[in-house]
Amino acid sequence: MDMLAGKVKKTSLNLDSAMNPTDVLERPIRLTARDVTVHYGAKQALHGISIDIPDRAVTAFIGPSGCGKSTFLRCINRMNDTIEGAKVGGTIKLDGEDIYAPALDVVELRARIGMVFQKPNPFPKSIYDNVAYGPRIHGLAKSKSDLDEIVVSSLRKAGLFEEVKDRLQEPGTGLSGGQQQRLCIARAIAVGPEVILMDEPCSALDPIATAVIEELIDELRENYTIVIVTHSMQQAARVSQRTAFFHLGNLIEQGPTEDIFTNPVNKQTQDYIMGRIG
Amino acid sequence: MNALVVAGVLIVLLGISYQTGWSKSRGLVTADGVKVHSRPQYHGSFTAIWAMVPALVILLLWAWFGGGITHNYTVSQIPQDILVSLDQAGLNGAIIRINALASGYGVAGEIAPWEQAAGDALRSFNFLTFAGTLILAVVAGGAGLAYARSRITARLRARNSVERVVNVLLLACSAVAILTTVGIVASLVTEAFRFFTFINPLDFFFGTVWAPNNAGGTNYGSYGLLPLLAGTLMITAIAMLVAVPVGLMSAIYLSQYAPKSFRAVAKPLIEILAGIPTIVFGFFALVTVGPFLRDFGNAIGLQISATSALTAGIVMGIMIIPFVSSLSDDIMNQVPRTLRDGAYGLGATQSETIRNVLLPAALPGIVGAFLLAVSRAIGETMIVVLAAGNAPILRGSPFEPVSTITVSIVNQLTGDTDFTGPQSLVGFALGLTLFVVTLCLNIFALYIVRRFREQYE
Repeated sequence: MDMLAGKVKKTSLNLDSAMNPTDVLERPIRLTARDVTVHYGAKQALHGISIDIPDRAVTAFIGPSGCGKSTFLRCINRMNDTIEGAKVGGTIKLDGEDIYAPALDVVELRARIGMVFQKPNPFPKSIYDNVAYGPRIHGLAKSKSDLDEIVVSSLRKAGLFEEVKDRLQEPGTGLSGGQQQRLCIARAIAVGPEVILMDEPCSALDPIATAVIEELIDELRENYTIVIVTHSMQQAARVSQRTAFFHLGNLIEQGPTEDIFTNPVNKQTQDYIMGRIG
Repeated sequence: MNALVVAGVLIVLLGISYQTGWSKSRGLVTADGVKVHSRPQYHGSFTAIWAMVPALVILLLWAWFGGGITHNYTVSQIPQDILVSLDQAGLNGAIIRINALASGYGVAGEIAPWEQAAGDALRSFNFLTFAGTLILAVVAGGAGLAYARSRITARLRARNSVERVVNVLLLACSAVAILTTVGIVASLVTEAFRFFTFINPLDFFFGTVWAPNNAGGTNYGSYGLLPLLAGTLMITAIAMLVAVPVGLMSAIYLSQYAPKSFRAVAKPLIEILAGIPTIVFGFFALVTVGPFLRDFGNAIGLQISATSALTAGIVMGIMIIPFVSSLSDDIMNQVPRTLRDGAYGLGATQSETIRNVLLPAALPGIVGAFLLAVSRAIGETMIVVLAAGNAPILRGSPFEPVSTITVSIVNQLTGDTDFTGPQSLVGFALGLTLFVVTLCLNIFALYIVRRFREQYE
């Protein structure tokens, strides 16, 4: 408990620990979205979203429920393809390459852009098999020992290895909620993605498990470009370097997290941050 | 006509008693201005229950004992000299004739004067007892009504009483199913034991020759179960070989690949297949599939009988496709979307997701669907009667005629049966065997489902 309490304290240092905003701006841009629209049948869910997402930093999408932040996140790895009737317009480029180009292989794209979901969703398999699933389908390991190494290092990076090292063959569904979510992060890391999308990864977790995940996100940003959707403004403030505010399917304002929270330009952003809408 | 009158009287009683309780309860509210424990509907139902139960009890008592009383009365109306001249069959015949005269249906042949007299007497007796019972029921109902009405006060916990009665009613309804099962099993077991007093159980369960001697006498013939069991299992296995792959794949297509509009049309169509009477499948097997298989066999140099285990099995497999596909489809749709998203998010293709995530997660339900289909196949009769050839011989080849447990039950129990010899009693022993086999399958299915159920939570 003492150790966990320490973690909570450390991550709650929030804005001070965030890197200098100018550092972020100097980082190369990995993802660019221009005029992205999404229709679900006749209903338009997103109206022309344009945003740049920098390399190896955490970008947070905030906004009230139903504002389109998760929808936009799911455009980035084309998860909206699996929803019948969803239509995506505009362009999204990863390293200058259009991810909606007809020649692009969705399977390959999703291996480069991993995803962690709102509710922990480990497969009904063992902890080991959960993490090994991605490497297996993509043929990333040449031998059993390679695979073991990937699994162990992914679990380590997700901060879960010490807790589960003696029970790798037990079902992943038997873990606690927070451990399940870290297992899902390990599962995403195991494929070797460059970008990790997180869709409200802590909304089903208690405060202590949340603090552990936030700590982990902070560590992961050294190697991965992270985009996180969150309900909690405090969380956005704690973990992200850049923040984008969505409202009713529009991107209202974006910028360095510190600016958004201390000095928002737009009236709507201001209202949301002050708790007047949402 | 009588039943209509009874129903009418009961409905009127129900309406009046409900209304009485309801209006008294309304009166309570307006007059006293105190808080009434139960809503007027509950006071109405409370009164109605108090009125209906005594009335129904009296009607049920008459239904129970009235037959015996009427029978005795009828016998007493037959003149003494004629009564002594009748044997049991003659007496039964006379009573039937008198009943027919009493109800005005008319009888064949000449009507003796004493028959006419007895018929007339019975008619007025029937009318009197019917009217008497009905009046008694109404009086008892009225008494219950009055008692219930007098008990209605603001403090009466009518809601609790009514809920208790509803509770008992629900319990009684579920008891019907349970008691029926118990009763059927009990009769199967006792009659099967009677069968085993004629035939050694070892000869029955392990005998390899099925040749009952239906002519009667002390030579019963031999009752070996194995040829029938083998035939049943062979046909079931063939049916599952057809139904499981086809059903499962169509379920996968419907739940994962098919566009919504196609699914909306295809699913009901497949379910209609389950609604086709099995006898229709039976002559489809006999007329179309059997000859086709025989000709096909000839063409590739195989001896296939038109009626064979293969014919029956294939057609039965087609019959149970909807069981497998429709249930599996429902189950696959219940697998949480987040699980599938998880696999897609890792870059799994659609077929990888289905093989590695969806099917394992849906496995318990799919196994349940399979076993339900197996139970159905084992108990199926009509297709086998027509298409399997009815040859109770122990054989290893699916290309030749066989027979099954169900078909043999039909053979032994149709026609003149008196349940005194093993020829007909064997039906119960076979039925018991069938019951035990399907019961074991159901228990196994339950075990599988329990064992794997909470895998995705």
